[in-house]
Amino acid sequence: MALHVTHELHKRRFSRNLGLGLVLAGMVVLVFALTVVKVKRGDDMQGYDHTLRPELLPAEEGGAATPAAASEAGQ
Amino acid sequence: MSDIGAFDRGTAAPQDAGFGDYVQLLKPRVMSLVVFTALVGLLVAPVQLHPVEAFAAILFIALGGGASGALNMWWDSDIDAVMNRTKGRPIPSGRIERGEALALGLALSGISVVMLALATNIAAGALLAFTIFFYAVVYSVWLKRSTPQNIVIGGAAGAFPPMIGWVAATGHVSLEAVLMFALIFMWTPPHFWALALFMKEDYHKAGVPMLTVTHGRKSTRTHILVYTLLLAPVAIGAALTQIGGPLTLAVALALNAWFVIGAFRIRARSEDQAIADSYAIEKAFFRFSLVYLFLHFAAFLAEAALRPYGLGGW
Repeated sequence: MALHVTHELHKRRFSRNLGLGLVLAGMVVLVFALTVVKVKRGDDMQGYDHTLRPELLPAEEGGAATPAAASEAGQ
Repeated sequence: MSDIGAFDRGTAAPQDAGFGDYVQLLKPRVMSLVVFTALVGLLVAPVQLHPVEAFAAILFIALGGGASGALNMWWDSDIDAVMNRTKGRPIPSGRIERGEALALGLALSGISVVMLALATNIAAGALLAFTIFFYAVVYSVWLKRSTPQNIVIGGAAGAFPPMIGWVAATGHVSLEAVLMFALIFMWTPPHFWALALFMKEDYHKAGVPMLTVTHGRKSTRTHILVYTLLLAPVAIGAALTQIGGPLTLAVALALNAWFVIGAFRIRARSEDQAIADSYAIEKAFFRFSLVYLFLHFAAFLAEAALRPYGLGGW
């Protein structure tokens, strides 16, 4: 007699665990693919890392803050 | 879907359901309709998404539909246990506990809404959230057991997927999206009332106030005809918009003529005649209603597919 009898209950548990594992793996792949697509296209993103963001500057009197003025201010 | 949890109830606790039981909780057959109509809504839109984004959008719309299915099964487990059509579902058959269905439904609702918003846009995510709320709360909790118009208003939940697909692609609602919504919305009552005519014992036993139970069968037949007559101009109107074309118009005219004739035949029958041939006309009308919806959306898709070759559209 086999030492480890596989009951129907174990098969069900295994199917549940396997299914959940595959779903999670699929989710990881999908989120990664979405990230690659969105980063490659680059919309709604800004390339300012640890530097001044011009649009956060208050508008100067008599005119809005310009990118040129902002870059000067940042230096 | 396998029914592997149906036997050996004595040794297997409810929490030991198989993966297939959880899939069944998401109503895969309803999900297939959601996937198809959402896909059409997304593909016929004038803005094209990246294939990965489009895949993610359809997946999360389907997941949202599945979540609302799980919430519906959680709420309706008592009446599901009474009806022949639904007593084999995972909760009434003891394979999954009610609390599990609620947890799964809520978790998948959150995941699908947030992920759809991130993958496409916030408007699509918000519309999906509203759809889940509408199906789970407005239809399942509020309307289903309180009014014979449950099918009419609840049908809106099933009508949203093509609109969500459209909004996922374009970011806004437009006439075409509204007409695709209206097509499914107006189609739902005759489709379900035809089913209710020949599945009468189920709804009666469960105490669900279907029109057949509250207003009688003659009135239901009249209602089927009225809604079918109201559906025809919506379908033909959709064929005249940007997503339609000569092919769609021809398909719409043929399908609606057939559907209206079927509705008149149902209206003209007495209950004795229907019993005599085991509801043959009603069953044929119900089966045709599935073909009707599929072919309408397939025609929209065909127009979009032919457009690059200068063939589809007006």
